[in-house]
Amino acid sequence: MPLIEKGRITEDRFHRVSDDDALPEGAPVLVGVDRFLKEAEALKSRQAPVGVIWPNDRPIAEIEPYLGQLSLIALVFPSFRDGRAYSQARLLRERLGWSGPLRAVGNVLRDQFLLMQRSGFDQIEAIKEDDAKAFDEAVHRYSTFYQPATDERPSLLRQRLGRTARPE
Amino acid sequence: MYVYDEFDRTFLAERVAEFRDQVTRRLDGALNEDEFKPLRLMNGVYLQLHAYMLRVAIPYGTLSAHQLRRMAHVARVYDRGYGHFTTRQNIQFNWIKLDNLPDAMAELAEVGVHGIQTSGNCIRNVTTDQWAGAVPGEFDDPRIWAEILRQYSTLHPEFTYLPRKFKIAITAAGHDRAAIKVHDVGLRLHRNDVGELGFEVLVGGGLGRTPFVGKSIRPFLPARELLSYIEAIMRVYNQYGRRDNIYKARIKILVHEIGAEAFAEAVEAEWEAIRDGALHLSDEMIADIRSRFVYPAYEALEDEPAEFVAAMGDPRFATWFANSVHAHKVPGYSIVTISLKPVGAPPGDATADQMDTIADLADAYAFGEIRVGHEQNLCLPSVARRDLPELWRRLDAAGLATPNVNLVNDIIACPGLDYCALANARAIPVAQEIAKRFADLDKARGIGRLHINISGCINACGHHHVGHIGILGVEKNGQEFYQITLGGRADEQAQLGTLLGPAVSYDQVPGLVEDVVATYMELRATPQELFVDTVARLGVEPFKERVYAAH
Ligand code: HEM
Ligand code: SF4
Repeated sequence: MPLIEKGRITEDRFHRVSDDDALPEGAPVLVGVDRFLKEAEALKSRQAPVGVIWPNDRPIAEIEPYLGQLSLIALVFPSFRDGRAYSQARLLRERLGWSGPLRAVGNVLRDQFLLMQRSGFDQIEAIKEDDAKAFDEAVHRYSTFYQPATDERPSLLRQRLGRTARPE
Repeated sequence: MYVYDEFDRTFLAERVAEFRDQVTRRLDGALNEDEFKPLRLMNGVYLQLHAYMLRVAIPYGTLSAHQLRRMAHVARVYDRGYGHFTTRQNIQFNWIKLDNLPDAMAELAEVGVHGIQTSGNCIRNVTTDQWAGAVPGEFDDPRIWAEILRQYSTLHPEFTYLPRKFKIAITAAGHDRAAIKVHDVGLRLHRNDVGELGFEVLVGGGLGRTPFVGKSIRPFLPARELLSYIEAIMRVYNQYGRRDNIYKARIKILVHEIGAEAFAEAVEAEWEAIRDGALHLSDEMIADIRSRFVYPAYEALEDEPAEFVAAMGDPRFATWFANSVHAHKVPGYSIVTISLKPVGAPPGDATADQMDTIADLADAYAFGEIRVGHEQNLCLPSVARRDLPELWRRLDAAGLATPNVNLVNDIIACPGLDYCALANARAIPVAQEIAKRFADLDKARGIGRLHINISGCINACGHHHVGHIGILGVEKNGQEFYQITLGGRADEQAQLGTLLGPAVSYDQVPGLVEDVVATYMELRATPQELFVDTVARLGVEPFKERVYAAH
């Protein structure tokens, strides 16, 4: 699955390791939440980076004590219609102060890229090759935004101040 | 009217371009129907029983004559010459071809009209009182706040894939014409003891399979805190609303399951964390939105000009006046309701020619402004009283002066089996037949205010739960049956109706309604006691006994 990082298709440095497999020596790993929580203490002493896949039905506030030892957080879209991770992303960025990489994984389509970007994701694992290629187009579809969000583009309400309305 | 500026116009053009691209990808197979569906829905495109349908938003029910003319044009060019006004301040076109949709949308976008968020699991078109800004005694014009919410919710990055649809309604007058208590969020604009403007916030109302009256979670929210508080509600709902079962995914179920108090606590906690952030509305922002609502240049006019006094001698005019005209906040002006319920026609339908006529009349007599109410009627919010006789003559000539507003013939009905893929039973023909039974409008006036609401299935698009008489189509062994409820209401005293008894067949419905009405006429305490008040006083038993004895 193509990974888009900061707008470009890149190689994924992280190895996704299932709960039972051994962790590859010295390589960045992405593990599921159960394993992560169980082995959190042991993982602290690991030299290579660790990322976690945090499911969308577990309160995101519970991740707070672990933020210091994480190098990547992946939030899950089990279906592109299930938008819980958008709220988790914003809370991570705006409430919990996470400034590290935040990845959208799961059933991710181009029609959601912009929303993801605006909610604070900077990495997107697209499910379709063509969608990943269309990233640039997808996130530049709109030139103005009505509401403030994590990306801190000014909302229309703010942009408009000081300008006079032009009647139709 | 609210004046769109270049930002809104650019946004709409970009939205149409995006949808055009999505249709192209659907047609060449890059998107499958499952992927395309939520995308088209969020642009108001449904797949109905016979064809694609386009639902177009009329934000807070306000339309310009220019916009209405464009809708007539779309009806003529892309549809079969008519449109259908719904209970949600939308208009639906039932027969548009998929490959014509982007063009139809582009034409609508030129006049600032669109189907964005008229469907799908997002914050839907915010609705309010169709008399906003014109009716006496308002605390403020609710459309200003509806517009602030429209902007905030449009393509919201966090709340575009909610567990389920989300509807917000606002009222700002003593009498609630926006049915706020049966919305996911209801907002009642009022002033506190020190004269500050704010909202009472209700959550968890709604109809459908599991109807609820909304619960108040905050008696007073300062108006400038509106967006942060709504964001807090949405965030709690987005995270904790159920996703395992679409029938249980609405906020009303969450509020019911955890209780309004626990829900309110979660909202307040979230709100505390964000209330002073970017969503805090400054006085400047509010003033900016307010300044873009342009009000008519009212003149100082008399309430009883000679033209008007003379016309009152004509009983037909006087009848229409008594039924369709309401007092305005400015002396010398009136609010006029245009009934889209001529006896025997599908409730809420307007032909392209009628839309053009209404647009012309709005230009001639009503500062070019039209409103749409949830009762599926249109309104001209500001008409000088001296112009009423002329306006009436022209409406009458176009078949638009039926004086039955709020009477037994002013029936709200969803499309039912005639168009809807989800229907269990017909709704429009039931409404037509009942209307015919009460076609004598003198008789209907004698009955007084009585709202009949009909839905073709449990989804309750016709608001049957809150009809004074509610009629719900159900299916039994492949046949259409109807459950009747009495005593529902959607106003400030909102209440769900009580089931009268066993469901009856299609043929029995009109007769049963006649019997219910006849029973009311006998049992009412005075001719002034409304049907719904009689039901509230006596319960449904006396009705049940008489009605089922007769059938
Ligand atoms: C394409 C045709 C339509 C479809 C497929 C449709 C579908 C639905 C569904 C599934 C619900 C229940 C949602 C739930 O409880 O979660 C619903 C509710 C509703 N619909 Fe429709 N509908 C259609 C047309 C209409 C029309 C024409 C109107 C107005 C005349 C309308 C107004 C409403 C209203 C007011 C509700 C309110 C119930 C509530 O959420 O409290 N719908 N609709
Ligand atoms: S109530 Fe049922 S039949 Fe009527 S429009 Fe809604 S979904 Fe269709």
